[in-house]
Formats: sequence, structure tokens, C-alpha cells
Amino acid sequence: MKWTRIIVYALLIVLAILFLVPLGVVIANSLRSNQEIASSSLIAWPDHLTFANFGQAWNKFCMAEHCWGIQPYMVNSLTLTIPATILSTLLGALAGYSISLWRFRGDQFVFGIVTLGIFLPEQMKLIPWVVVLRDLSLMNTIAGLVLIHTVQGLSFTTLFCRNYYIGIPQDLLKAARIDGAGFFRIFWRIILPVSPPILIVCVIFQFTGIWNEFLFGVTFTSGEQQPVTAALIALSAAITSEPLYGDQSAAVLIAALPTLLVYLFGGRYFLRGLTAGAVK
Amino acid sequence: MRVAATTPAAGKAAGGPQGVWRRRFGDALTGLAIWLPLAASAGHVVVFTAWTTWVSFTASSIMPDYAWVGLRNYVSVTRTANFQIAYVNLVIFGCGLVLLTMALGLLLAVLLDQRVRGENVLRTIFLYPLAVSFVVTGTVWSWLLNPDLGIQRVVQNLGWTDFRFDWLVQSDKAIYCVIIAGVWQGAGFAMALFLAGLRSVDADLVKAAQIDGAGPWRIYRRVVLPTIWPIFITVFVILLRSAITSFDLVRALTQGGPGISTNLPTLVVYDFMFQRAELGRGSAAAVLMLLSLVVVMVPYGLYVRWQRQKQARS
Repeated sequence: MKWTRIIVYALLIVLAILFLVPLGVVIANSLRSNQEIASSSLIAWPDHLTFANFGQAWNKFCMAEHCWGIQPYMVNSLTLTIPATILSTLLGALAGYSISLWRFRGDQFVFGIVTLGIFLPEQMKLIPWVVVLRDLSLMNTIAGLVLIHTVQGLSFTTLFCRNYYIGIPQDLLKAARIDGAGFFRIFWRIILPVSPPILIVCVIFQFTGIWNEFLFGVTFTSGEQQPVTAALIALSAAITSEPLYGDQSAAVLIAALPTLLVYLFGGRYFLRGLTAGAVK
Repeated sequence: MRVAATTPAAGKAAGGPQGVWRRRFGDALTGLAIWLPLAASAGHVVVFTAWTTWVSFTASSIMPDYAWVGLRNYVSVTRTANFQIAYVNLVIFGCGLVLLTMALGLLLAVLLDQRVRGENVLRTIFLYPLAVSFVVTGTVWSWLLNPDLGIQRVVQNLGWTDFRFDWLVQSDKAIYCVIIAGVWQGAGFAMALFLAGLRSVDADLVKAAQIDGAGPWRIYRRVVLPTIWPIFITVFVILLRSAITSFDLVRALTQGGPGISTNLPTLVVYDFMFQRAELGRGSAAAVLMLLSLVVVMVPYGLYVRWQRQKQARS
């Protein structure tokens, strides 16, 4: 082996270890007792393995006047993420199909504005959403967050689906229309059957994005209605007086697990969504 | 979703007067299915932008109040220490994040492009930070960088008792901690884009250069880099955009502190809107944030258009 190969491998291994350190630290600390961490440091192998942290983190430790762990916030995140992911993906598929194949006047203009939504910072939408949610009586509800993430996510899912459907030959649609098939039947019979690859990209992109979102969660919900990202921040704030790093590590690990699993099992689609959203 | 589920029934148009109604109902549903998602999406982009911009010119405090005050909010916001610190930080954070992430991402991509064994495993490792939230990243890095319990403590325990790495609690250095965490999260993304670029380089061109006796460094500079140049610009713009809109990471890592030393524009907006309940000033801060984003995005949009036209011509 030439010395350049050795350097390449050495660098890659060192960098890989550095990238894994934060994950390793969280896993190790989730298996150490709070006392053990406080008496040494946050970066160490566990002396005595303990799984008590997970029980504590899941449904016991106290924050914001409740002692029920992060379980209810995980449930909130799930009941928020799953409907918002499904709705934004299906509506995005429908919108992408209308724009790319069921052409109408001004379709390119509308599409341009929809994709501008990708670049519009969330801060520009906060006050209008406050007013809209209040008028719909959806303030501080999961349903309100579902609405926000569905509308917000449409910019991405419409873009993904439109760019995918644009490859379907127009002649196929013309033939179907001559046979008397309408908008929905073409969507159902021709478009959806060829859509799984792009729908998986949309679902993974939306799931990770919505699960990891924090600003809307912390702005439009409080207390028991918050998603798990907001709860993690509240937890850090709640335990600064008496640090419980073991519990907190377990909570962080539990909260990060769904998107990490999605990444591990759908890595290819995950990356495709990221680059498609980026490169445009 | 409900709309799509009823389609097969609506599609089967029968004859007679009932059929006419059914067809009209079908047309109405079609119109609804085309326009509802598009109107919601495009509508919220246009209306919300105009709405917040409008609020920024009004005397709104805790509730929207549509009395026009001109540029007063902009003047008072830009005069606050909060705002000025945030924009100085944005320059430091933006430059640091973009340059270091691109450098590390490029290094990783070049290393992985050397036909190494276990490439898939390594790629998975470098990319996994993208799957976790900024809240998790910020929380974990706040532990690692914590002088009492993190890296400093570990090195001191190993015997270097004079070792100091306490940037997180130093108001003039804490912003570099945010950069470190941001680079950790984003380097894999830059790597993925660069690697895709490197793999699209014409292999024959590289071979020709090798035959001409060019060394690996020279080939990278003369053959590979020019081909992947557009990717540099894309990565640059995306990273800069994420720096401008960065919020969760700072909230989890430093809460803007020590003091307000790691404030960023997004935190200023949030602070004015929801902690001080000054919606007019918060909106002005949001519009200024949007403008700084426009300064980045518009040249990029023009560049992309120019590239496409060039490709179309050739």
C-alpha cells in the first residue's frame, strides 16, 4: 500500500470517529447514572451500565409542573408529523400533477410562486399564522401545526412531484383523455402507479423536516401541546439547577431515534430529497 | 385526500339529467383539486409576505394595529444593540459556517472519491447528523463544549491541567461554538453534493491528463474543479441561506448567550415578536432578514438562469 493510501484511510477513520463522537457521547451517557456523570465528565465510558435513564426519560422525570417524561411530547410529535406528512405529500402530488400535466393558464407563474415558498424565511409567516390560527380557534393545538406544516410543506412536495411528473409523456395523457378519462381517473390510474419513488422521497423529506422542526412548535403551542423538539429545550431549561445528564441523554436519544431510523433505512431517498430541495 | 377517494364514482358519468349534474359535480371537484393546494401554497407565500411587510410599517405592539408609522420601526430596530450584535454575528457565523463546511465537505468528498473500501459505511457516518434536529445537535454540543463537564474537563483529567477550551462561556468566542456545531451538522451535505459532482467528471478527460503526465493535484485543479464549479456556488448559497435562517441551533446551544453575545437575526425577530410583544418592530426585523436573504438569492437565481441559457445554446 502506498503512503498516500495510508493517509487517505487514516484521515477518513479519524474524521469518522470525530463525527461519531456526539452520538457516542449521548449513547454512553444514557447508560450512566446522573451521579457517575457529575463526578467525572460527560465524555467517558460507562462504569456501571444502567437502563434506568430510559424509564425516567420516557414517562417519569418532571418538567413544566408535570412528571410524565417525554412520552406525551413524543405522542404529540407523532400525531403532528404523520398527518402533516401524508397530507402535504398527497396534495403536493396533486399540485405537481396539475402543474406539469394538466396545464392551465398561468401554471408556470403559480409554480414559480409556490417554489418561492422554499426560500421565504419562517419568520415572515409567524404573525399571519398567529392571526389565522386564532381565527380558526386552532391556537395551541396539534391540528394548527398540522395545517401549518401541510401548507408549508406543499412548496417542497409540489416541486419534487412536478419535476418528476414532467418526465411523463404528454401523449399518454392525451390518449387517456380521448378515451374519456377525467382529471381524477388519470391521476389514479396513470400517475399514482408510477409515483412511488417520488412519493417516498416526499414522505421521508417531510417526515424528517416536520419531526425536527422547532420554531413553529415553540411559537404556536405551549405546555402539554408541544412537540418533542420544544420539550427538549424546555427540559434543558428545567434542569439547569440540578443537571440530570443521564435522563436528558436518554430523552435526546429517544427524540432523535425516529428520524435516525428513517435515515438508516431510507438513506438513498433521504439524500435524493435533500439534494432535490437544494439544487432545484 | 377525501377528494381523491371519491373519484372513481365521480368519473363514471351516466346518461340523462342525473349525468349532467354528476359531470358538473366532477368538474367542480376537478377545479377544487387543481386550485385548492396551489392557492393555499402560492396564496400563503404572497399574502403572508405582504402582511408581515405591512405590519412592519405600522404601530402594532401586542396586537396588529394598522396605523401607519412609516420607517419608524426600522429605525428603532436597527439602533438596538440586540440587532447590531446579531448582524455582526451573522457575518462571523455566515463566513465561518460556509467556508469551514465547504472545506470539510470537499475534503471528505475527495477522500471518499479515492476508491476506498467501506465507502457506504463512511458516507452514512458523515451524513447522519443531517437526520437529527438542530435542537439535538445544539444540546449535545453544549455538553461537549461545556468547560466543566466536556472536552476541557476530559483533557484536564488526562493530565494537562492548564488546558483551556471554554469558548462557550466567553462572550467574544461563543459564536465560534455555534460554527463548530453547524459545521458538524452540514459537512455531510456539502460532501454529498461535491461527491456527486466529482463522480460526474468525465473520466476520459482525467485519463488524458494523466497520460500528459499531470499529477493528482494538478488534475484536481485543472480538470475536476472547473467541472464541479457550479456545485460550489450551489453549496455556498444553501449554506449561507441556512446561516441567515439559523434559529434552533443557537437556541439549543447558547440561548443567544452569554448575555446576548451569540444573538442572530432570527432570535432578534423572535425576541421582538413574542418576548417583548412588539409586532411592528419584530416584523421590521423579519423584513430586514428577508432582504438579507434576497441579496443572496437574487444573484444566485440570475446565475442559474444564465447557466441554463448557456447550456441551451451550446
